[in-house]
Amino acid sequence: MNVPEIYESMEYGPALESADVVRQWLDDHRDGFDHFINGAWCPPNFGSRFATRNPATGEVLGQVAKGDSADVIGAVSAAHKAQPRWAKLGGPGRARYLYAIARLLQKHARHLAVLETMDNGKPIRESRDVDLPLAVRHFYHHAGWAQLMPQELPGYEPLGVAGQIIPWNFPLLMLAWKLAPALAMGNTVVLKPAEYTPLTALRFAGICQEAGLPPGVVNIVTGDGATGAALTRQVAVDKVAFTGSTEVGREIRRETAGSGKKLTLELGGKGPFLVFDDADQDGAVEGLVDAIWFNQGQVCCAGSRLLVQENIHDGFIAKVKARMAGLRVGDPLDKAVDMGAIIDPVQRDRIESLVQAGVAEGATLWRPEGAMSDSLPKDGCFYPPTLLLDVETANVVAREEIFGPVLSVMSFRTPDEAVALANNSRYGLAASVWSENLNLAMDVAPKLRCGVVWINSSNLFDAAAGFGGYRESGFGREGGREGLYEYIKPVHEKSFKPVRTLPMPDTPPEPMGDGEGVDRTAKLYIGGKQTRPDSGYSQPIFSVKGKLVAHVGVGNRKDIRNAVAAAAKASHWAGMAGHARAQVLYFMAENLDARANEFKARIRALTGAKAGLAKREVEASISRLFTYAAWADKHDGAVHDVPLRGVVMAMHEPVGVLGLICPEPLPLLGLVSLLAPAIAMGNRVVIVPSYPLALLATDFYQVLDTSDVPGGVVNIVTGDGDDLAQVLAEHDEVDGVWYHGSDQGSRAVEAASIGNLKRTWVNNGLERDWFKVEQGEGREFLRQATNVKNVWTPYGD
Amino acid sequence: MKAVALSKRRKSKARATDGKSKPGRNPGMALDLDWVQSLRVNRSAVERRAATIPTRRSVKKQWQAAWLLKAISCIDLTTLAGDDTPGRVRRLCAKGRRPVRADILAALGAGDLDLRVGAICVYHEMVAPAVAALAGSGIPVAAVSTGFPAGLTPLETRLREIELSVAAGAAEIDIVISRRHVLCGDWQALYDEVVGYRQACGDAHLKTILATGELGTLRNVARASLVCMQAGADFIKTSTGKEPVNATLPVSLVMVRMIRAYGEQTGCQIGFKPAGGISTARDALSYQFLMREELGTDWLSPGLFRFGASSLLGDIERQLEHNVTGRYSAANRHPAG
Repeated sequence: MNVPEIYESMEYGPALESADVVRQWLDDHRDGFDHFINGAWCPPNFGSRFATRNPATGEVLGQVAKGDSADVIGAVSAAHKAQPRWAKLGGPGRARYLYAIARLLQKHARHLAVLETMDNGKPIRESRDVDLPLAVRHFYHHAGWAQLMPQELPGYEPLGVAGQIIPWNFPLLMLAWKLAPALAMGNTVVLKPAEYTPLTALRFAGICQEAGLPPGVVNIVTGDGATGAALTRQVAVDKVAFTGSTEVGREIRRETAGSGKKLTLELGGKGPFLVFDDADQDGAVEGLVDAIWFNQGQVCCAGSRLLVQENIHDGFIAKVKARMAGLRVGDPLDKAVDMGAIIDPVQRDRIESLVQAGVAEGATLWRPEGAMSDSLPKDGCFYPPTLLLDVETANVVAREEIFGPVLSVMSFRTPDEAVALANNSRYGLAASVWSENLNLAMDVAPKLRCGVVWINSSNLFDAAAGFGGYRESGFGREGGREGLYEYIKPVHEKSFKPVRTLPMPDTPPEPMGDGEGVDRTAKLYIGGKQTRPDSGYSQPIFSVKGKLVAHVGVGNRKDIRNAVAAAAKASHWAGMAGHARAQVLYFMAENLDARANEFKARIRALTGAKAGLAKREVEASISRLFTYAAWADKHDGAVHDVPLRGVVMAMHEPVGVLGLICPEPLPLLGLVSLLAPAIAMGNRVVIVPSYPLALLATDFYQVLDTSDVPGGVVNIVTGDGDDLAQVLAEHDEVDGVWYHGSDQGSRAVEAASIGNLKRTWVNNGLERDWFKVEQGEGREFLRQATNVKNVWTPYGD
Repeated sequence: MKAVALSKRRKSKARATDGKSKPGRNPGMALDLDWVQSLRVNRSAVERRAATIPTRRSVKKQWQAAWLLKAISCIDLTTLAGDDTPGRVRRLCAKGRRPVRADILAALGAGDLDLRVGAICVYHEMVAPAVAALAGSGIPVAAVSTGFPAGLTPLETRLREIELSVAAGAAEIDIVISRRHVLCGDWQALYDEVVGYRQACGDAHLKTILATGELGTLRNVARASLVCMQAGADFIKTSTGKEPVNATLPVSLVMVRMIRAYGEQTGCQIGFKPAGGISTARDALSYQFLMREELGTDWLSPGLFRFGASSLLGDIERQLEHNVTGRYSAANRHPAG
């Protein structure tokens, strides 16, 4: 086209970013890329390589090493060897390296952006203006955390070696999210980039060399799913961090169950995007562009479910369509496109089949005309921006993550219905809320079951704010102070000992009918009522001398079901003020104190403890209740300092319904140590006391009954601990399980948790000293009892 | 009340469609206060969108040249200084007739475009010399009016000023609104004022300057934009160039979205004129991207889009010469305006 023609038509022309420098770099590696292990380039074990392609053209960019177990073992042992020195270097020493990496990323920013766009297919505007600046920011921010670690995180130490597996949608940014906190806290890393997008990680390895990072601190092994699986299996890996699909996340949870490895999972989502009738609609339409047409919709926290208030539905959809008509799909290196290429034909086919399934289930498909220009490369992998109207909740496109530029539209009538529909999902990663009424928006945000809420915005990220999910979107946080705890552990964990099990009496039971008192029947405690066990069976409880003391009910899976239902129903407990919960905990302490002698006697009878020890246990239990009554209104969230005119509030929310499997020794203190932090933070609990001492727990419901604990907040089911733990761990309405028992039991709980990917906190067969305040109570327990939700609220009028 | 307002809105839509033979004239409509009060603008969302307008689009090579030539055709070449003289205005008008060196245009293959600026914009006393200097060129003269820039002279004087400028040959009148009506929420007063100005304009096109830098909030910008259009403005314009903050992309985004909303409701196409502080070719392209993305290509031509600028042309000239020669240019190589 010549100038007068363009002057007439005012069309856009090609505006290509030059790829010359990157092409030269790729040429320099035409013999293939190696692994980066122990500070050096290592060819793959059997010389096996695979091609990585540019999805916009189909062109092969390079041959990349395919890691097998031997490669992984080599990398893990290099990391293992390097870790003690890296930790010993100290926070400030590590800060220098992280700072250097941040600087080097900036110096090579355009190279990395162009390379990312070629390997991934995302528009150069996004890799240049979003991925790179955020990655750089992550290293700067965590250089700061390394510097501050000695002062800000006393009593914590690194975990050791972190095995990290990252996805293809934000390759370098996810690398930064994984590496920066791990390295800052003194861990060494083996990172496995996604099979589709290994190149920026390999370029990053060069930056590690330029920064003079000690060998073995960062190791990069490329490969496919098998390589990643090999990494999660290594004994010397102390931490696994994974971002990717929920399906693979489940596999990793199963694989690492019982291994003692700490785990972070950042998985899929089906993010709701709520537009209320008092929203700035033009603003909300642009928010949608950021939500679902950013990165071709290949974003785990994409706003893929539009929930729009019914009274503005038609007008708003007209605006969405008009905006979609302006989206330009094209060569990702073109600086004037809005959408680039889909990562791989396999993904494109998956998107298309889900769209077709949605249409078959009643959705109405709409796409702008001419969204896909004829000039798109023939062998490129593109998919047009797509709108699915008339989607009902049962439609597959309302429930399944599509991971593409496809928006499903539904409507709602009231704020309550908006919340209900938004939460009608297995996932819980992120949500977006649009309303000019902050009263409404701030009311809705806490009700959404997800880890991130963007008010009048979407897809905002920053190193200082935690990111991560609820429900099947995973657990753990990345970014902010909350993200650091995923890479450290309390130093006192070293002193944990293998659990002791109390000996069962070996003498034949003496009959209890010795004429002392009335026969007592210890029932289950569900929904604030004493309940007979569903099984109709009881089991005997013996004194340490072998005397039959009483019978307790044998709870079964139906009792657990009932207890969980009661706990779920008592959700008002979460909404109560911390002050009000504190009153209940204080009252419990008061009533326990009033019955102190009774509990001392019971402890002595059941455990054979000397009078002094029994007294100490009861007193410690009362003190613990005081501790969490104190904490109930003090586990404050934070306001994160992000580069935004607005606030990011990190709110601490209860996890939900927790199953608590109590430790065996110190039956009262163990129970109180789990129960008190859980309910102080607003959780509702189902307690499984340890069987031989279950009577203490049933005694305890007398305390609950007299302390104004609302029915359903605390439920007690006696029976076989590991069997009931299994039922709790499998239950999809249970949000978390704390398990204190054997290592086999720990493994079983973690393995059984994969159904809804609930949070688990298990002792791995190790016992803490419950009497010690630093081990038996405090912030570690509060963190386990809460989820961090980051609510972003930009402001300005 | 609402029903009445809506039916009036529909009525004016019909009028606008009927009057297609006279493009560019906005018949206006009854003041629809419900509509005005219902407007919502989220500043952070506006700023976020505005920040990506210059980064989401880019034009290179001949596309860049063509877009910049188009930008020139939309410039209201302006002089609004106390020391303006007929001689100074004649020089400006000559520049407006031939804004780019002929050899550069020829090299771009654009010699036959008959490129001219959109208008020459002056104070009332300079209207007559400008009209004389532009005779036969087809370039309209725009006069700033109504006690520009503050608009606080007596209403009678302001109306008379419009009439005198029209009589002197001004084809476009750039009025300033009374900011106090916006700040006090007196939309009826603002509406009545602009209706009066519109009547005084007769056949001259009415551009209403909102002085957005003095309106406090983006909501006020949106409301004032809508009231001016309802009162019959042919163009809405950001600034006088004399406020502490003049045209910005966020303010412009709010205004062009109101133009879109008004068009959807009435069928009328209203023009937009950012003014003040737009001085580089890069700025000009950003505004062009804004217009094209938010309103479409219709809004890239002088009928619906103007830049109020004095130094912008010089930077575009240098950019065009660079486009031709590959060398960076200098100001002294281009005729002064």
